[in-house]
Amino acid sequence: MVRSPFRRGVAEGLPFLVIMVPFGALFGVLGVEAGLPIAQVMGFSVLVIAGASQFTAVQLMLDSVPAVIVVLSALAVNLRMAMYSAAMVPHIGAAPLWQRSLIAYFLVDQTYALSVSAYEDRVDWGIADKVAYFAGTALPVFPAWVGSTFVGAVLGARVPDEWALDFALPLAFLALVGPLLKTRAHVAAAFVSVVGALALVWVPWNLGLILAAILALMTGAEVERRTAARPVGTEQRT
Amino acid sequence: MSPVEIGGPGVWGIIAALGVLTYLTRFVFLGIVGDRPLPGWLLRHLRYTGVAVLPGLVAPLIVWPAATGGETDPIRLIASAAALGVGVWRKDVVQAVVAGALVMGGLSWLNG
Repeated sequence: MVRSPFRRGVAEGLPFLVIMVPFGALFGVLGVEAGLPIAQVMGFSVLVIAGASQFTAVQLMLDSVPAVIVVLSALAVNLRMAMYSAAMVPHIGAAPLWQRSLIAYFLVDQTYALSVSAYEDRVDWGIADKVAYFAGTALPVFPAWVGSTFVGAVLGARVPDEWALDFALPLAFLALVGPLLKTRAHVAAAFVSVVGALALVWVPWNLGLILAAILALMTGAEVERRTAARPVGTEQRT
Repeated sequence: MSPVEIGGPGVWGIIAALGVLTYLTRFVFLGIVGDRPLPGWLLRHLRYTGVAVLPGLVAPLIVWPAATGGETDPIRLIASAAALGVGVWRKDVVQAVVAGALVMGGLSWLNG
Protein backbone atom coordinates (compact mmCIF):
# COMPACT_ATOMS: atom_id res chain seq x y z
CA MET A 1 0.00 0.00 0.00
CA VAL A 2 1.39 3.40 -0.97
CA ARG A 3 0.83 6.07 1.68
CA SER A 4 1.71 9.73 1.56
CA PRO A 5 4.70 10.66 3.75
CA PHE A 6 2.40 12.71 6.00
CA ARG A 7 0.02 9.79 6.61
CA ARG A 8 2.94 7.48 7.13
CA GLY A 9 4.33 9.92 9.72
CA VAL A 10 1.01 10.02 11.58
CA ALA A 11 0.72 6.22 11.48
CA GLU A 12 4.25 5.73 12.77
CA GLY A 13 3.92 8.49 15.36
CA LEU A 14 0.63 7.19 16.81
CA PRO A 15 2.09 4.16 18.63
CA PHE A 16 4.32 6.60 20.50
CA LEU A 17 1.28 7.52 22.58
CA VAL A 18 2.26 4.44 24.61
CA ILE A 19 5.39 6.39 25.58
CA MET A 20 4.26 10.01 25.64
CA VAL A 21 1.17 9.46 27.80
CA PRO A 22 2.86 7.91 30.88
CA PHE A 23 5.87 10.21 30.45
CA GLY A 24 3.75 13.37 30.30
CA ALA A 25 1.50 12.16 33.12
CA LEU A 26 4.58 11.56 35.27
CA PHE A 27 5.72 15.13 34.77
CA GLY A 28 2.25 16.44 35.60
CA VAL A 29 2.10 14.38 38.80
CA LEU A 30 5.60 15.30 39.98
CA GLY A 31 5.11 18.95 39.05
CA VAL A 32 2.05 19.45 41.25
CA GLU A 33 3.56 17.30 44.00
CA ALA A 34 6.54 19.66 43.94
CA GLY A 35 4.11 22.53 44.58
CA LEU A 36 3.77 24.08 41.13
CA PRO A 37 0.37 25.41 40.07
CA ILE A 38 -1.11 23.62 37.04
CA ALA A 39 -0.46 26.68 34.84
CA GLN A 40 3.27 26.48 35.47
CA VAL A 41 3.33 22.70 34.95
CA MET A 42 1.64 23.27 31.58
CA GLY A 43 3.99 26.16 30.85
CA PHE A 44 6.92 23.76 31.08
CA SER A 45 5.38 21.14 28.79
CA VAL A 46 4.20 23.63 26.15
CA LEU A 47 7.15 26.04 26.08
CA VAL A 48 10.06 23.75 26.89
CA ILE A 49 8.75 20.40 25.50
CA ALA A 50 11.77 18.50 26.73
CA GLY A 51 10.71 16.06 29.42
CA ALA A 52 14.07 15.10 30.89
CA SER A 53 15.13 18.74 31.32
CA GLN A 54 11.78 19.62 32.88
CA PHE A 55 12.29 16.93 35.53
CA THR A 56 15.79 18.28 36.13
CA ALA A 57 14.55 21.85 36.52
CA VAL A 58 11.80 20.91 38.99
CA GLN A 59 14.16 18.76 41.04
CA LEU A 60 16.78 21.52 41.26
CA MET A 61 14.15 24.10 42.27
CA LEU A 62 13.12 21.75 45.09
CA ASP A 63 16.80 21.54 46.08
CA SER A 64 16.79 25.39 46.41
CA VAL A 65 19.44 25.84 43.73
CA PRO A 66 19.86 29.42 42.34
CA ALA A 67 17.74 30.14 39.26
CA VAL A 68 20.70 30.57 36.90
CA ILE A 69 22.04 27.13 37.82
CA VAL A 70 18.57 25.59 37.42
CA VAL A 71 18.37 26.90 33.85
CA LEU A 72 21.95 25.98 32.89
CA SER A 73 21.72 22.45 34.31
CA ALA A 74 18.41 21.77 32.60
CA LEU A 75 19.80 23.24 29.40
CA ALA A 76 22.78 20.89 29.53
CA VAL A 77 20.34 17.97 29.35
CA ASN A 78 18.95 19.59 26.19
CA LEU A 79 22.23 20.17 24.39
CA ARG A 80 21.55 16.88 22.58
CA MET A 81 18.84 18.82 20.71
CA ALA A 82 21.60 20.84 19.02
CA MET A 83 23.07 17.56 17.82
CA TYR A 84 19.63 16.52 16.55
CA SER A 85 19.30 19.88 14.83
CA ALA A 86 22.63 19.34 13.07
CA ALA A 87 21.73 15.74 12.18
CA MET A 88 18.53 16.98 10.45
CA VAL A 89 20.42 19.48 8.27
CA PRO A 90 21.52 17.04 5.52
CA HIS A 91 17.88 15.92 5.16
CA ILE A 92 15.74 19.05 5.41
CA GLY A 93 18.25 21.93 5.41
CA ALA A 94 16.87 23.09 2.06
CA ALA A 95 13.29 23.53 3.35
CA PRO A 96 11.93 27.11 3.69
CA LEU A 97 12.98 28.95 6.85
CA TRP A 98 9.46 29.07 8.32
CA GLN A 99 9.19 25.29 8.02
CA ARG A 100 12.59 24.78 9.62
CA SER A 101 11.58 27.17 12.42
CA LEU A 102 8.46 25.11 13.15
CA ILE A 103 10.36 21.84 12.88
CA ALA A 104 12.85 23.16 15.44
CA TYR A 105 9.99 23.71 17.90
CA PHE A 106 8.75 20.12 17.50
CA LEU A 107 12.20 18.51 17.34
CA VAL A 108 12.06 16.10 20.26
CA ASP A 109 13.65 12.68 20.76
CA GLN A 110 10.71 10.80 19.30
CA THR A 111 10.11 12.91 16.19
CA TYR A 112 13.86 13.03 15.57
CA ALA A 113 14.39 9.27 15.95
CA LEU A 114 11.38 8.43 13.74
CA SER A 115 12.28 10.94 11.04
CA VAL A 116 15.98 10.22 10.66
CA SER A 117 15.26 6.50 10.56
CA ALA A 118 12.62 7.02 7.85
CA TYR A 119 14.87 9.40 5.86
CA GLU A 120 17.67 6.83 5.83
CA ASP A 121 15.28 4.16 4.55
CA ARG A 122 13.50 6.35 1.98
CA VAL A 123 16.28 7.95 -0.02
CA ASP A 124 13.77 8.65 -2.83
CA TRP A 125 11.91 11.25 -0.73
CA GLY A 126 12.22 14.93 -1.67
CA ILE A 127 12.39 17.82 0.79
CA ALA A 128 8.61 18.32 0.84
CA ASP A 129 8.06 14.60 1.53
CA LYS A 130 10.52 14.69 4.41
CA VAL A 131 8.91 17.79 5.95
CA ALA A 132 5.46 16.19 5.55
CA TYR A 133 6.65 13.01 7.29
CA PHE A 134 8.05 15.05 10.19
CA ALA A 135 4.78 16.99 10.52
CA GLY A 136 2.94 13.67 10.57
CA THR A 137 5.00 12.33 13.46
CA ALA A 138 4.52 15.53 15.48
CA LEU A 139 0.74 15.48 15.05
CA PRO A 140 0.07 12.69 17.58
CA VAL A 141 3.22 13.10 19.69
CA PHE A 142 2.89 16.75 20.74
CA PRO A 143 -0.80 16.83 21.80
CA ALA A 144 -0.27 13.55 23.68
CA TRP A 145 2.61 15.10 25.62
CA VAL A 146 0.67 18.26 26.52
CA GLY A 147 -2.64 16.47 27.19
CA SER A 148 -1.13 13.82 29.42
CA THR A 149 0.82 16.43 31.37
CA PHE A 150 -2.51 18.10 32.10
CA VAL A 151 -4.21 14.86 33.15
CA GLY A 152 -1.25 14.00 35.39
CA ALA A 153 -1.33 17.48 36.97
CA VAL A 154 -5.05 17.24 37.66
CA LEU A 155 -4.86 13.70 39.10
CA GLY A 156 -1.70 14.58 41.03
CA ALA A 157 -1.05 12.50 44.11
CA ARG A 158 -4.02 10.24 43.39
CA VAL A 159 -1.78 8.13 41.11
CA PRO A 160 -0.70 5.21 43.34
CA ASP A 161 3.03 4.71 44.00
CA GLU A 162 2.72 0.98 43.20
CA TRP A 163 2.33 1.88 39.52
CA ALA A 164 6.02 2.80 39.54
CA LEU A 165 5.20 5.63 37.13
CA ASP A 166 8.74 6.96 37.69
CA PHE A 167 10.00 4.17 35.41
CA ALA A 168 8.24 5.92 32.51
CA LEU A 169 11.10 8.44 32.36
CA PRO A 170 14.03 6.06 31.67
CA LEU A 171 11.79 3.70 29.69
CA ALA A 172 10.72 6.45 27.28
CA PHE A 173 14.35 6.99 26.28
CA LEU A 174 15.64 3.44 26.65
CA ALA A 175 13.07 2.13 24.17
CA LEU A 176 14.49 4.44 21.51
CA VAL A 177 17.98 2.94 21.89
CA GLY A 178 17.47 -0.68 20.79
CA PRO A 179 16.32 0.09 17.23
CA LEU A 180 19.21 2.57 16.83
CA LEU A 181 21.85 -0.13 17.42
CA LYS A 182 22.27 -0.86 13.72
CA THR A 183 26.02 -1.50 13.43
CA ARG A 184 29.03 -2.32 15.57
CA ALA A 185 29.86 1.41 15.57
CA HIS A 186 26.45 2.24 17.06
CA VAL A 187 26.89 -0.40 19.77
CA ALA A 188 30.37 0.92 20.62
CA ALA A 189 29.06 4.49 20.86
CA ALA A 190 26.18 3.42 23.12
CA PHE A 191 28.59 1.50 25.38
CA VAL A 192 30.90 4.50 25.77
CA SER A 193 27.85 6.70 26.44
CA VAL A 194 26.69 4.50 29.34
CA VAL A 195 30.13 4.01 30.90
CA GLY A 196 30.99 7.68 30.46
CA ALA A 197 27.72 8.96 31.94
CA LEU A 198 27.99 6.67 34.98
CA ALA A 199 31.66 7.53 35.54
CA LEU A 200 31.09 11.29 35.11
CA VAL A 201 27.88 11.54 37.13
CA TRP A 202 29.78 13.65 39.71
CA VAL A 203 30.43 16.46 37.18
CA PRO A 204 28.21 19.43 38.12
CA TRP A 205 25.45 20.95 35.98
CA ASN A 206 24.82 17.67 34.11
CA LEU A 207 27.87 18.37 31.98
CA GLY A 208 29.03 14.78 32.57
CA LEU A 209 26.33 13.65 30.13
CA ILE A 210 27.55 16.06 27.47
CA LEU A 211 31.18 14.93 27.91
CA ALA A 212 30.10 11.28 27.73
CA ALA A 213 28.08 12.02 24.58
CA ILE A 214 31.03 13.68 22.85
CA LEU A 215 33.30 10.73 23.70
CA ALA A 216 30.60 8.38 22.37
CA LEU A 217 30.22 10.36 19.12
CA MET A 218 33.98 10.15 18.56
CA THR A 219 33.92 6.42 19.30
CA GLY A 220 31.12 5.77 16.82
CA ALA A 221 32.79 7.80 14.09
CA GLU A 222 36.17 6.16 14.68
CA VAL A 223 34.77 2.60 14.63
CA GLU A 224 32.91 3.43 11.42
CA ARG A 225 36.08 4.81 9.84
CA ARG A 226 38.04 1.65 10.73
CA THR A 227 35.40 -0.83 9.61
CA ALA A 228 35.67 0.39 5.98
CA ALA A 229 33.55 3.49 5.55
CA ARG A 230 30.20 2.61 4.06
CA PRO A 231 28.17 5.40 2.47
CA VAL A 232 25.21 6.87 4.37
CA GLY A 233 22.05 4.79 4.39
CA THR A 234 23.67 1.48 3.48
CA GLU A 235 24.68 0.43 6.98
CA GLN A 236 24.40 -3.27 7.45
CA ARG A 237 21.07 -4.12 9.04
CA THR A 238 20.06 -7.39 10.61
CA MET B 1 21.85 34.36 43.78
CA SER B 2 18.80 33.19 45.69
CA PRO B 3 16.71 30.06 45.19
CA VAL B 4 13.38 30.20 43.37
CA GLU B 5 10.15 30.14 45.34
CA ILE B 6 8.19 27.12 44.10
CA GLY B 7 4.95 28.29 42.50
CA GLY B 8 6.09 31.94 42.62
CA PRO B 9 6.66 34.29 39.66
CA GLY B 10 10.34 33.30 39.51
CA VAL B 11 9.28 29.92 38.12
CA TRP B 12 7.84 31.70 35.07
CA GLY B 13 11.25 33.26 34.57
CA ILE B 14 12.83 29.81 34.57
CA ILE B 15 10.19 28.45 32.18
CA ALA B 16 10.69 31.39 29.79
CA ALA B 17 14.49 31.23 29.89
CA LEU B 18 14.59 27.45 29.51
CA GLY B 19 11.95 27.57 26.76
CA VAL B 20 13.80 30.17 24.68
CA LEU B 21 17.24 28.60 25.17
CA THR B 22 15.95 25.09 24.42
CA TYR B 23 14.30 26.38 21.25
CA LEU B 24 17.58 27.98 20.21
CA THR B 25 19.48 24.69 20.73
CA ARG B 26 16.97 23.03 18.39
CA PHE B 27 17.11 25.87 15.88
CA VAL B 28 20.84 26.57 15.80
CA PHE B 29 21.89 24.21 13.00
CA LEU B 30 18.58 23.82 11.15
CA GLY B 31 17.95 27.54 11.03
CA ILE B 32 21.41 28.93 10.51
CA VAL B 33 23.29 26.27 8.53
CA GLY B 34 20.34 25.58 6.24
CA ASP B 35 21.35 23.74 3.08
CA ARG B 36 25.04 24.57 3.15
CA PRO B 37 26.87 21.22 2.94
CA LEU B 38 28.43 19.90 6.13
CA PRO B 39 31.91 18.29 6.01
CA GLY B 40 32.09 14.50 5.86
CA TRP B 41 33.84 14.06 9.20
CA LEU B 42 31.07 16.01 10.93
CA LEU B 43 28.34 13.96 9.25
CA ARG B 44 30.12 10.79 10.34
CA HIS B 45 29.96 11.97 13.95
CA LEU B 46 26.35 13.14 13.71
CA ARG B 47 25.17 9.69 12.64
CA TYR B 48 25.84 8.57 16.23
CA THR B 49 23.94 11.37 18.00
CA GLY B 50 21.07 9.20 19.24
CA VAL B 51 23.21 6.35 20.54
CA ALA B 52 25.71 8.79 22.07
CA VAL B 53 23.17 10.73 24.14
CA LEU B 54 20.19 8.54 25.05
CA PRO B 55 22.03 5.62 26.75
CA GLY B 56 24.01 8.02 28.92
CA LEU B 57 20.86 9.96 29.79
CA VAL B 58 19.04 6.88 31.09
CA ALA B 59 21.92 4.89 32.63
CA PRO B 60 22.08 6.80 35.95
CA LEU B 61 18.26 6.84 36.19
CA ILE B 62 18.20 3.05 35.85
CA VAL B 63 21.18 2.22 38.05
CA TRP B 64 20.38 4.73 40.81
CA PRO B 65 16.60 5.40 40.62
CA ALA B 66 15.31 8.34 42.65
CA ALA B 67 12.15 6.38 43.56
CA THR B 68 14.23 3.93 45.65
CA GLY B 69 16.35 6.68 47.16
CA GLY B 70 19.19 5.92 44.75
CA GLU B 71 19.44 2.24 45.68
CA THR B 72 19.91 -0.14 42.74
CA ASP B 73 16.68 -2.06 42.12
CA PRO B 74 16.94 -5.50 40.40
CA ILE B 75 13.37 -5.19 39.07
CA ARG B 76 14.16 -1.95 37.26
CA LEU B 77 17.37 -3.48 35.88
CA ILE B 78 15.55 -6.53 34.51
CA ALA B 79 12.74 -4.41 33.04
CA SER B 80 15.34 -2.16 31.38
CA ALA B 81 17.14 -5.17 29.92
CA ALA B 82 13.81 -6.40 28.54
CA ALA B 83 13.08 -3.04 26.89
CA LEU B 84 16.55 -2.85 25.38
CA GLY B 85 16.59 -6.50 24.29
CA VAL B 86 13.18 -6.35 22.62
CA GLY B 87 14.16 -3.06 20.97
CA VAL B 88 17.27 -4.63 19.46
CA TRP B 89 15.47 -7.83 18.49
CA ARG B 90 12.26 -6.38 17.03
CA LYS B 91 13.70 -3.03 15.83
CA ASP B 92 10.54 -1.44 17.19
CA VAL B 93 10.34 1.29 19.81
CA VAL B 94 6.77 0.63 20.85
CA GLN B 95 7.26 -3.11 21.36
CA ALA B 96 10.31 -2.21 23.47
CA VAL B 97 8.23 0.10 25.68
CA VAL B 98 5.46 -2.46 26.08
CA ALA B 99 7.99 -5.17 27.00
CA GLY B 100 9.68 -2.92 29.58
CA ALA B 101 6.37 -1.84 31.10
CA LEU B 102 4.99 -5.41 31.26
CA VAL B 103 8.14 -6.78 32.92
CA MET B 104 8.23 -3.84 35.35
CA GLY B 105 4.55 -4.23 36.19
CA GLY B 106 4.66 -8.03 36.39
CA LEU B 107 7.73 -8.25 38.62
CA SER B 108 6.51 -5.42 40.88
CA TRP B 109 3.21 -7.25 41.27
CA LEU B 110 4.90 -10.61 42.02
CA ASN B 111 7.12 -8.82 44.50
CA GLY B 112 4.02 -7.52 46.30
